[in-house]
Amino acid sequence: MLETFLLSRIQFATNISFHILFPSISIALAWFLFYFKVRHEISGHPVWLRCYRFWVKIFALTFAIGVVSGITMSFQFGTNWPGFMERVGNIAGPLLGYEVLTAFFMEATFLGAMLFGMKRLPSWVHTLCTFLVAIGTSMSAFWILALNSWMQTPQGHIMVDGVAHPEDWVQIIFNPSFPYRLLHTLLASGLTASFLVAGISAYRIWKGDNKLAPKVALKAGIFTAAVLIPLQIFIGDLHGLNTLKHQPQKIAAMEGIWETQNGAPLLLFAIPDEEQRTNHFEIAVPKLASIILTHDSNGEVKGLNEFEGEHPPVKAVFFSFRIMIGVGLLMLIVSWLVSWFLVTKKTLQKKTLLTLVSMSFSGWVATLAGWYVTEIGRQPYLVSGVLKTSEAVTNLPPSNVLFSLIVYVITYTLIMVAFLHTIFYMARKSAAVPEFDLSDLNSGTSLTNYKGNGVNSNNQPIGESV
Amino acid sequence: MSFEQALPYIFLLLMALSILIYAILDGFDLGVGILLHRSSRTHRNQMIASIGPFWDANETWLVLAVGILLIAFPTAHSIFLRELYIPVLFLILGLIIRGVAFDFRAKAVTKYQNLWDQVFRLGSILATASQGFMMGAYVTGFEDSVQAFLFSCLSAVCITAAYAYIGGAWLVLKTEGELQQYAARKARTAGWFTGLGVLSICVANPLINPQVAERWFSLPAAILLLPIPLTTFSLMLVVDYYLKKVPWNNDLGCWIPFTAVAGVFFMCLVGLAYSYYPYVIPNKLLAVDAASSSKSLSFVFYGVAIVLPIILIYTLFSYRIFKGKTTALEYS
Repeated sequence: MLETFLLSRIQFATNISFHILFPSISIALAWFLFYFKVRHEISGHPVWLRCYRFWVKIFALTFAIGVVSGITMSFQFGTNWPGFMERVGNIAGPLLGYEVLTAFFMEATFLGAMLFGMKRLPSWVHTLCTFLVAIGTSMSAFWILALNSWMQTPQGHIMVDGVAHPEDWVQIIFNPSFPYRLLHTLLASGLTASFLVAGISAYRIWKGDNKLAPKVALKAGIFTAAVLIPLQIFIGDLHGLNTLKHQPQKIAAMEGIWETQNGAPLLLFAIPDEEQRTNHFEIAVPKLASIILTHDSNGEVKGLNEFEGEHPPVKAVFFSFRIMIGVGLLMLIVSWLVSWFLVTKKTLQKKTLLTLVSMSFSGWVATLAGWYVTEIGRQPYLVSGVLKTSEAVTNLPPSNVLFSLIVYVITYTLIMVAFLHTIFYMARKSAAVPEFDLSDLNSGTSLTNYKGNGVNSNNQPIGESV
Repeated sequence: MSFEQALPYIFLLLMALSILIYAILDGFDLGVGILLHRSSRTHRNQMIASIGPFWDANETWLVLAVGILLIAFPTAHSIFLRELYIPVLFLILGLIIRGVAFDFRAKAVTKYQNLWDQVFRLGSILATASQGFMMGAYVTGFEDSVQAFLFSCLSAVCITAAYAYIGGAWLVLKTEGELQQYAARKARTAGWFTGLGVLSICVANPLINPQVAERWFSLPAAILLLPIPLTTFSLMLVVDYYLKKVPWNNDLGCWIPFTAVAGVFFMCLVGLAYSYYPYVIPNKLLAVDAASSSKSLSFVFYGVAIVLPIILIYTLFSYRIFKGKTTALEYS
């Protein structure tokens, strides 16, 4: 039978992997909703309300799954990793506490008003509630990433008898990797939500939905993605440089570099072999890793052999990193191409729509892959240099952990199936709803460049709709 | 006592406060889930509509309570969750399936909607029964015996009844007509089971913990403490009488059952807190011994002092928006 340590790790990874999918949508989707609501507030055009109403349902569903899987997380520390709280609880506890106090309550409370209060509240108060939900979700990211970053690059504490005690909270929160990780993660959420919005809207159009709303939403999604992805690549690069400075062993694993070398090559592909401490089937671009990481073609990059026994499992980090980069590049190409089509041709072909549909959950893949890079990349430590993962695990019998793991896996699988099924079902249902009556709209004042005629015709160009 | 020395007790108080708010607020929405009408989908829709805008925020009080245990008393948190690994798993499972069912029931393909309603009820019962079981295990000091197990099972039934009790009282407040009468009937039955639960804890607790017996039955404490059980049982009688007479003319005093049951919850918590103070785990771990570093506690304390009042204000705001009888739940 597997040991408790390994089972606990698998369980934690399962839980957090499942959990992160939902906030990664809802953090940025909340801002999309706020945008739709504000556009409606300004223009009074019903299409924005349509967008809002469709996406608020998906938001509610995503948020609910995020909340309940998040509750699991709050118990996991105590059930499986008691050493974590016993050794670094003085740091982790308050940061989690602030997340609950400043984010959880705010988002959950105003969510009620946002979802069901539209008729009971003045419109601007409702928009304010939407804003507060969005702030809440982002605040939540702030605190949890402050803690996660502290675990990566701890500072501002002193160790007394093996227990961390806080010295300077500003240093703890704004630890070296925090600004990069926060931006990188928020942008990842932005991209995840953008591709979801664009993808599901494309699905509706593909299913014959000729209404204005999915076209407007598709444009909002794809233009946002086109703006965010170069920013993300830039921030990602800075994050990498920051990691090189503070966690060189993680970079070495990401790049698959065993020996410290000057002018290190960039491996496009390889199969790292940890037993023989070498790579197989390398496809490399000479000197490129040094150029990217040190901005010098002969710059020195530390190899894994400098950190033997103290570096993360290479294969997982190496491949996750390449998957993240690959999806990122795909996002760049797709979002720019589709934006180009929208601006020039004003219409999208069926295969473009299908490409977008297939990219609906691309953000999940990139987010998870990136998350694995940074989290597996921190191993064998739970808190870099302070606490090893193996020191924090519970002494429960493995059968208990195996049992809970099975329960979680079954539950999460069912929820995931229901979630995907429901989202596409909702999209098809919306596709069947008739368009609102546009005849009584004053098109001159209603929406900046809205053209009322031909909206219901089958060959309505997307680019001209808003 | 200096501020630093007082911190563990302040956090003990805060934890008690969030448990109380949790039990009342999430209590009513869990209770509505337990009582979910079996035959009428219209009634089910109304019942769910009455809790729709609130359940998310209500559940957050549990996260805060567990959070305070984690932040302020990490050692206790570890012991608690280690001892209760399986019940905690079922609690989480219950909360997960009811949370997602709540959203899926309205959005899923029509043929699955009734199934999600079943899941919602099952999840609610699973969550409350697990909480009851955990409560029983806590009172018996995590003892590993058949009696303790049976007591925990009894506690699971009674806590579930207590949540159904407050859920029914909430429905009496928020609905009218046939559904209100249904809720009143159910709440009344649940009230009797709740009473049985309170009584059995009153009997078992002093038998198990000599400290508790001494605190309650020595003079003059026994006389001074008499108002606690007296108030509890009189409130329950008032509620029982009110529920028996539902519907009242003009819905007179529809707030009485909910307020009174909240009062019962408050009294029970005061009773338990008095029994165990200053222990965080009965007879095993003192709050001071389990507490985190005072630097961490004071950092959180300032946050709590500023943010908690704001949370309470906007919680009231959200209940004000949706005051009065429940109307259909729409995303508009």
